[in-house]
Amino acid sequence: MDISLLLTEIMVALLGLLVLVLGLALPARGKTVVNRFALLGMIAILAYSITAFSQKASFFNGVYQIDMFGSYFKLLFLSAGILVMLMAGKYISRFEEKSSEFYGLMILATLGMMLMSSAGEFITLYVGLELMTISFYILTAYLQNDKLSAEAGLKYLILGAVSSAILLFGISLVYAMTGTTMFTEIAAAFTMQPALLAGVVLIIAGFAFKISVVPFHMWTPDIYQGAPIPITTYLSVGSKAAGFAALVRVFMVAINGADASFDWSMLLAILAALTIIIGNLIALSQKDVKRLLAYSSIAQAGYILVGVVAANSFGLKGVLFYAMIYVFANTGAFAVATAVEVDTGKTGIEAFAGLSKRSPMLAAIMTICMLSLAGIPPMAGFAGKFYLFAGAVQNGYLWLAVIGLIMSMVSVYYYLGVSKAMYIGENENDSPVLTTGGSTVALWICVLATILLGVYPGPLSELAGYAIQILM
Amino acid sequence: MYEFILPNAWLIPALPFLAFALIGLFLHRWPKVSAGLSIFAIAAAFILSLPIAAAVFAEEGGAVFEFSTRWLSMPGLNIDMGLLLDPLTAVMLIVVTSIASLVQIYSLGYMKGDPGIASYYSYQSLFAASMLGLVVANNFGQMFVFWELVGICSYFLIGFWFGKESAKNAAIKAFVTNRVGDFGFLLGILFLQIIFGTLNFAGLSQEMAGYTNMAVLIPVAVLLFFGPMGKSAQFPLHVWLPDAMEGPTPVSALIHAATMVAAGVYLVARAFFIFSSVPQAMTFIAVIGGITAIFAATIAITQNDIKRILAYSTLSQLGYMMMAMGVGAMTAGMFHLMTHAFFKSLLFLGAGSVIVAMHEEQDIWKMGNLYKKMPITTWTFVIGALSLCGIPPLAGFWSKDEILLAAYASGNTGLYVLGALVAFLTAFYMFRLIFVAFFGSNTYGQEKAHENSGVMTIPLIILAIAAVFAGFVNSPLMHHAFGHFVNNPAGIQPEPSTAIMISSTLIALAGIILAWVIYQKKLISHEALRDKYSVIYNLLKNKYYVDELYARLGDIFVFGAARAMFWFDIHVVNGLVNGIAFLTGKSGDVLRYTEDGQVQSYALYMVAGIMILVVVATIAAVSVIV
Repeated sequence: MDISLLLTEIMVALLGLLVLVLGLALPARGKTVVNRFALLGMIAILAYSITAFSQKASFFNGVYQIDMFGSYFKLLFLSAGILVMLMAGKYISRFEEKSSEFYGLMILATLGMMLMSSAGEFITLYVGLELMTISFYILTAYLQNDKLSAEAGLKYLILGAVSSAILLFGISLVYAMTGTTMFTEIAAAFTMQPALLAGVVLIIAGFAFKISVVPFHMWTPDIYQGAPIPITTYLSVGSKAAGFAALVRVFMVAINGADASFDWSMLLAILAALTIIIGNLIALSQKDVKRLLAYSSIAQAGYILVGVVAANSFGLKGVLFYAMIYVFANTGAFAVATAVEVDTGKTGIEAFAGLSKRSPMLAAIMTICMLSLAGIPPMAGFAGKFYLFAGAVQNGYLWLAVIGLIMSMVSVYYYLGVSKAMYIGENENDSPVLTTGGSTVALWICVLATILLGVYPGPLSELAGYAIQILM
Repeated sequence: MYEFILPNAWLIPALPFLAFALIGLFLHRWPKVSAGLSIFAIAAAFILSLPIAAAVFAEEGGAVFEFSTRWLSMPGLNIDMGLLLDPLTAVMLIVVTSIASLVQIYSLGYMKGDPGIASYYSYQSLFAASMLGLVVANNFGQMFVFWELVGICSYFLIGFWFGKESAKNAAIKAFVTNRVGDFGFLLGILFLQIIFGTLNFAGLSQEMAGYTNMAVLIPVAVLLFFGPMGKSAQFPLHVWLPDAMEGPTPVSALIHAATMVAAGVYLVARAFFIFSSVPQAMTFIAVIGGITAIFAATIAITQNDIKRILAYSTLSQLGYMMMAMGVGAMTAGMFHLMTHAFFKSLLFLGAGSVIVAMHEEQDIWKMGNLYKKMPITTWTFVIGALSLCGIPPLAGFWSKDEILLAAYASGNTGLYVLGALVAFLTAFYMFRLIFVAFFGSNTYGQEKAHENSGVMTIPLIILAIAAVFAGFVNSPLMHHAFGHFVNNPAGIQPEPSTAIMISSTLIALAGIILAWVIYQKKLISHEALRDKYSVIYNLLKNKYYVDELYARLGDIFVFGAARAMFWFDIHVVNGLVNGIAFLTGKSGDVLRYTEDGQVQSYALYMVAGIMILVVVATIAAVSVIV
């Protein structure tokens, strides 16, 4: 057992704790330094984790797995965390003396996500999940004087607790029937019995909550709207990706293929179809960009779930690929929304009216990110959806791919509704929307990645291909 | 040196592209910086092209380097992005980067004072990047992408002065006409992918070696040739090129004379292995080329606009190149492409210099005696014209002679006669232009005329030098070096024939003398000629009424179909679409109310969801177990 292979996780844990402690110890003026330190630390860890990408090890008899699948998701979480920190600088500064804790909690949430993506058994997975979720409970309610934020935090806590209970109940049923919590051993001991069946359904429901799959999505719009925007962003790109990482590993290693007589993918296919349809339909009638993006993120989770349904190399590659490009497209869109909210204090579509005249660059970036989310070439979203749907078709789920395509068309309406407001709408205020240096950098990274990965998806899809080899 | 530059040849298109992006995003407020960056990028691309050409030509017969990276892959379809560096590419790289550099420098003078200089240079950079990307492509897919990109740049630049109604219409016309050709081209590419499973040139060449199903190959080859017909303005898709002269003159020189319109010829050369295996397609190409050559040359003798004369001349010369390809003389076609690029861009830039001096006057009859005021422009223009006419030992002589020779040697006597006739007409209309505009007795507007500054005349001088000497690379003096590198085993390279050389020179001289007799000495009155043969004159003057024919056909078929569809759209589709849209929107409105903000009901939905899932799973499992 070589502890140095856990260096990424150890460094994130240390960084999180250090930021928390320093934030408490230093006077108010020192906070900015700590915040900078948190950002630089994350960047350094990202750089290290790239060099450690191909490491492979198994800890504590398989309880914790270091492999490329986990490494890929670690890159994703760290990139998302860094982008969110970059774009949030100005927004967070309003918390003043509490701003360092904000960063500290974000880093700990990141650690939780990493544990989820590398866990080799259920208890470790659950610990990671709770670390992430509890950090998010606090972060969601961070706007103390804001009623919506407090409400969101409380709702998230209650519903999150319910979903944790469901997940734990499922795990306990599976443990009762197989006598183990290790994924590989569950696969070996899997026999079709009613209690085990119920256990697996409950586990799927627990993950479905995290990735906001219909009908476990109800919390999403309220929490996304109430939470501070950077946290909404991190929830939508980070927490969701972590949920998918865990779901894919559990599904591929422990459940699917264990008993070939029962095909779990149909169950997921129904959930995916429902999620895509309902997420997109409700998004059509939203008037608030944050809520619109919340429903859009529900629909996006449905698309990604299509790749899990496909469960072949094409579909799983699609899951990983899409999760990564979703980070960039969605963070870009949220970063623009953040800038507009900081400037106008509002996030209704009318706040975006005339943005193309006020800040043409922001309007262009928002449009590009929206087009990517809608899956229009040459943006990255097109390549991602292509992999996902092609995988589903290969595995015989043509109907699911067709639903995905039709609802993608529907989604163009509400995505471009925002663009329409930005380009055609009039606004008496024509002063440019100010962005900080950090958020400008984040915006450029997002938009460049969205375009480049759309034009040249090869390298990232190859990386995703390596990452899923462990599951095939 | 070579180890670095060969795999990194992608820098050649990338540098102008970077210039385009930087100008478009950041620098457009500073026209001088934009122009400087654009020129720097293309000059750097030129310098990078030199070692590549050196490496390719260092080997006997020419070295071939191919680098490629996977762009997109899925079962059954792999699309690569790659570089193919062989003699053909090397020639094109040198031609495109050198002429583009000179044209961009020249534009400093030509576009002086224009409010849109920054966007002009950003389009120029995008065009250079696209054209170079097209040239280095190693497969049809990549080539098509850049093929379309040069098309869109051409559209932007023809309509650069979009305030002018005629420029706007010309841009649209160019775009639409090219769509027709590109549609066939794309179909051809798709057929290649379906039949042979690859779009890589080398791969296709291997796959096709044993393939003899002519029923499939003939339509594929003809469809592929649709692309060159549009881009190189071959009859009957030639109509856009004369109108494209609405763009700034340097654009006409670079895009609509030297490079983009030659892309069609380049494509035929690149895919020569496909065309040469289908004799019927070769005949088709030769005939289309021949028709275009004579058709455009006859129109050119009646035109009065200096740029339009040159535009028809370009059409005619492109027809020449296609004819060469069609009779199997790939070397001669590419050789003429190269020399033509130099002397025709020289002629266009010379015309631009005249237009600037005459304050936007383009009618040759309103010019005259310019040689006194504009000596550099005049004499470089004359050199370009002599080269185009094929007077030895200028560049055009060697390349045109080879085309005539090839037509003769391939046994197509009809095409040879046609080519000789075109040579005569070419000499005639070019020297009609020169005698009227540069040496004519008209003194109107002369007092305004003046020689232009160095940024405009130095490119003229450099191009004039190229127009004199570029032909030697495939002359007996240099042992036909060009042909040793740029050739195809299926192509023909006939032995030089003194008889053809002498006869073609005499034909050209005859044309010049006739023009001299009519327009300089005025021994024959051109007005009298015009009145005597007014039917022919009007037919030519109105370009055989092709535009009018297309307008009528378009009105009947396109607008007729459009009207029918409009009715269908309003009465059938709209109802359907609006109905669906209404239902979709409404369902969103209804579903929205499931979101009532109550935590209790959210939890209720979750639990209900789980129950349903358990039931579904149980039913499914029972059916499996039982």
